[in-house]
Amino acid sequence: MTATTTPAPRTLPPLGPTRRLKLPPQAERTLTNGLTVIAVRRPAVPLVEVRLWVPFGGAHLARGAVLSQTLLSGTATRSTIEIAAELQKVGGGLSAGLDPDRLMVSGAGLVTGLDRILELLAEVLTGAAYPVDEVATERDRLIDHIQVAQSQPAHLARAALLKRMYGKHPYAVQTPEPEQIRAVRPAALRRLHAERVHPAGAVLVLVGDIRPEKALDSAEQALGGWNGAGRAVTLPPEPPLEPGPLLLVDRPGSVQSSLRIALPAVPRTHPDHAALQLANLVFGGYFSSRWVENIREDKGYTYGPHSMIEHSVAGSKLVVAAEVATEVTGPALLETYYELGRLASLPPEEEELEQARQYALGTLQLGMSTQAGLAALTTAYAGNGLRLDFLAEHAARLARATRDEVAAAAARYLAPARGVTVVLGDADRVADPLSVLAEVRSEPVSG
Amino acid sequence: MAARRSRIPATKYPVERFTLDNGLRVVLTPDRSAPVIGVAVVYDVGIRSEPEGRTGFAHLFEHLMFQGSESLEKLAHFRHVQGAGGTFNGSTHLDYTDYFETLPSNALERALFLEADRMRGPRLTEENLRNQVDVVKEEIRVNVLNRPYGGFPWLKLPPVMFDTFANAHDGYGSFVDLESATTDEAADFFRRYYACGNAVLAVSGDIDVAEATELINRHFGDVEARPAPVRPSFAEPDLTAERRESYVDPLVPLPAVASAWRVPDPVTDFANYLPYVVLAEVLTDGDASRLVERLAHRDRTVTSIGGYLGFMGDPFDVRDPTALLLQAHLPPGGDVDKVLRTIDEELDRLATDGPGEGELARTQARMATHLLRDTDAVLGRALNMAVLEQQRGEPGLLNELPRLVGEVTEEQIRSAAATLRPERRASVQVMPGGAR
Repeated sequence: MTATTTPAPRTLPPLGPTRRLKLPPQAERTLTNGLTVIAVRRPAVPLVEVRLWVPFGGAHLARGAVLSQTLLSGTATRSTIEIAAELQKVGGGLSAGLDPDRLMVSGAGLVTGLDRILELLAEVLTGAAYPVDEVATERDRLIDHIQVAQSQPAHLARAALLKRMYGKHPYAVQTPEPEQIRAVRPAALRRLHAERVHPAGAVLVLVGDIRPEKALDSAEQALGGWNGAGRAVTLPPEPPLEPGPLLLVDRPGSVQSSLRIALPAVPRTHPDHAALQLANLVFGGYFSSRWVENIREDKGYTYGPHSMIEHSVAGSKLVVAAEVATEVTGPALLETYYELGRLASLPPEEEELEQARQYALGTLQLGMSTQAGLAALTTAYAGNGLRLDFLAEHAARLARATRDEVAAAAARYLAPARGVTVVLGDADRVADPLSVLAEVRSEPVSG
Repeated sequence: MAARRSRIPATKYPVERFTLDNGLRVVLTPDRSAPVIGVAVVYDVGIRSEPEGRTGFAHLFEHLMFQGSESLEKLAHFRHVQGAGGTFNGSTHLDYTDYFETLPSNALERALFLEADRMRGPRLTEENLRNQVDVVKEEIRVNVLNRPYGGFPWLKLPPVMFDTFANAHDGYGSFVDLESATTDEAADFFRRYYACGNAVLAVSGDIDVAEATELINRHFGDVEARPAPVRPSFAEPDLTAERRESYVDPLVPLPAVASAWRVPDPVTDFANYLPYVVLAEVLTDGDASRLVERLAHRDRTVTSIGGYLGFMGDPFDVRDPTALLLQAHLPPGGDVDKVLRTIDEELDRLATDGPGEGELARTQARMATHLLRDTDAVLGRALNMAVLEQQRGEPGLLNELPRLVGEVTEEQIRSAAATLRPERRASVQVMPGGAR
């Protein structure tokens, strides 16, 4: 736009005083059957969020996957449809999902329906029947779903990265093959349920327009009778990353390449964690980071690059991810290594560190400002043995992390030499440009 | 357990509305339950207003609004929002384009400053334009070209259902059109559509109304007054004969089909429109809904089915013409004709017999949960109220929606279902066809 006069720039207004992080009212009780219940009050809307975390590490992958799809598929007295309809009556809904650490049942409903939702939850936890027909239907649907997932580049890149990161650890394969699903029988599901779906070590989180003590009573009333003589399983710690050649997974005809780099990281309670979180933000963990400003806003190589620390029960890793145009795959990886290496070698500027710090602290407030956000945070913390009050401690650590500590964390964790790189893309077109930057090992796409 | 009806609860978010001298409309909705605010600016221009030969321009222009403005260098907007502990984004819809931030409440004045600055004028340079054309092309590759079911059905169904360029064209845009866009065109687009008389500002959350009003006047009061352009009618006649198209996507593993039927005008005929919003949920919300039960559980002819209002899933933020959509994914070798016939059969049954005992009431209770849950996020309230103000002059409708949904009757559901006839239907199916 050609302006005839250039107005004098206006001055950015300063921020007002920072509001202190205020934790919502909450209560916790461990029932005699071992179930921990945490209730958090946020009365903004007349709803309640429900999350049940059941430790499930080391469970048979395909059986676990089918179990999570059929947990709500009927009891001795109710069908899938009846369970769903009963939940709907109180504005509720429940679904179950699986990851390598846990089975999670989650949902939300009108707060007036909390007791009813808990009753129905208890019914499936103590009486899921895994009926033959429903299991057959859900098995087929799950296979369809996995086939669709396996046609998506993001899924294929993730699967290849997990294998490369975790080797023989149970985290290495998180999606079962269709033929493994096909082999799952109802009897195996009932056995797995009896072994693993039990209250000891499980955590139930309730967040919403509730009186926390009263919600604990409701949970005790509904779930106090849930029992099972299951066994606890502890996964071995994650293996360290083993740097080596860049793994190029061939997806012929791909118009983009999926770049993935895994780097070491530490759990939330580790003394380096706050500094690492800040280092990651400065590198590529939010929009106003070096990497995003470089490969998106300067070079236009990509749309939504991101970099984040992923916490699992058995360890933590940092994962860098971007989808880039095929023709700029080499240059995009070059800039990525450059920005990682630059931060690992030279300390960040004070100004960019402060910006990252404010972002980290501010987004803690945003994350706590909804029932669903509080439920997600409380559950993620509880599944890793933490409580919401850790937020205050984490905020204090973020506030006091020094530039030297952030530089040290970057040197320790962000160095590209310590990472493993996986690229999914059209090997004919990207192998040569990538081989300029790293030794390349190619393999066909699997799945 | 008796089949008692759950009482539908409501929210009571306060609403303050006013208009500045320059024509900017403002909605404030205070709520001090958490120290966060939502700030949204909505411009009354979207995909439907793009000129021919400029597909994707509204969205490309949205990107350009982040590239610096009167007092802000490139990258400054992002840094100032995130450096205040906030998050931001923008999105382009059929009838509007929004820009928004969620922030700790101590950043209120900063957010107002940033939005006012770009309302005065973005920095539309050749370099920024070329850079963002590249970024948008990557966005299209990641969301459409490089993935299975890309653009299905939101980009694939409108050209089957509609005949005019405004309603039928690809809102992401062709690479040819994007690459030939110029900064002069962007400047014209800004002058015409980004007038403050064509915008609504909404602020929600931890604010004091008097203080926020004062700050809004301070920062937006001197934005140049330009009136809203006259919005043309995008009306098209309803279909009188079934339309059906099919295409092959080499990336997809399973067939899928989407069908759409025109619905009453969401703004001028809201009372007759709302039953369709409820109908979509009666048909597809959860395992106990009609079509999921029949097609996914009993017949097993689909692996999943969903239903919703509006091509972008936007029941309460779109104008006429719009549609009710049903979208199903089929198992390998699935029979699309059979699925469409079964849907017709179920619609007939619903139109003839009406909903079963308690079926409507439980669906309405579930819808109330969804609606209330969306308003819990401070930004959701700002965005929804901004659009409700822009399209209806009625931001407080947000508080009324759960109750209004709960008042839809069985008779209205029957009547709505009776209109979803095959001869009014437009469908598009995607078939696997690759070697992969």
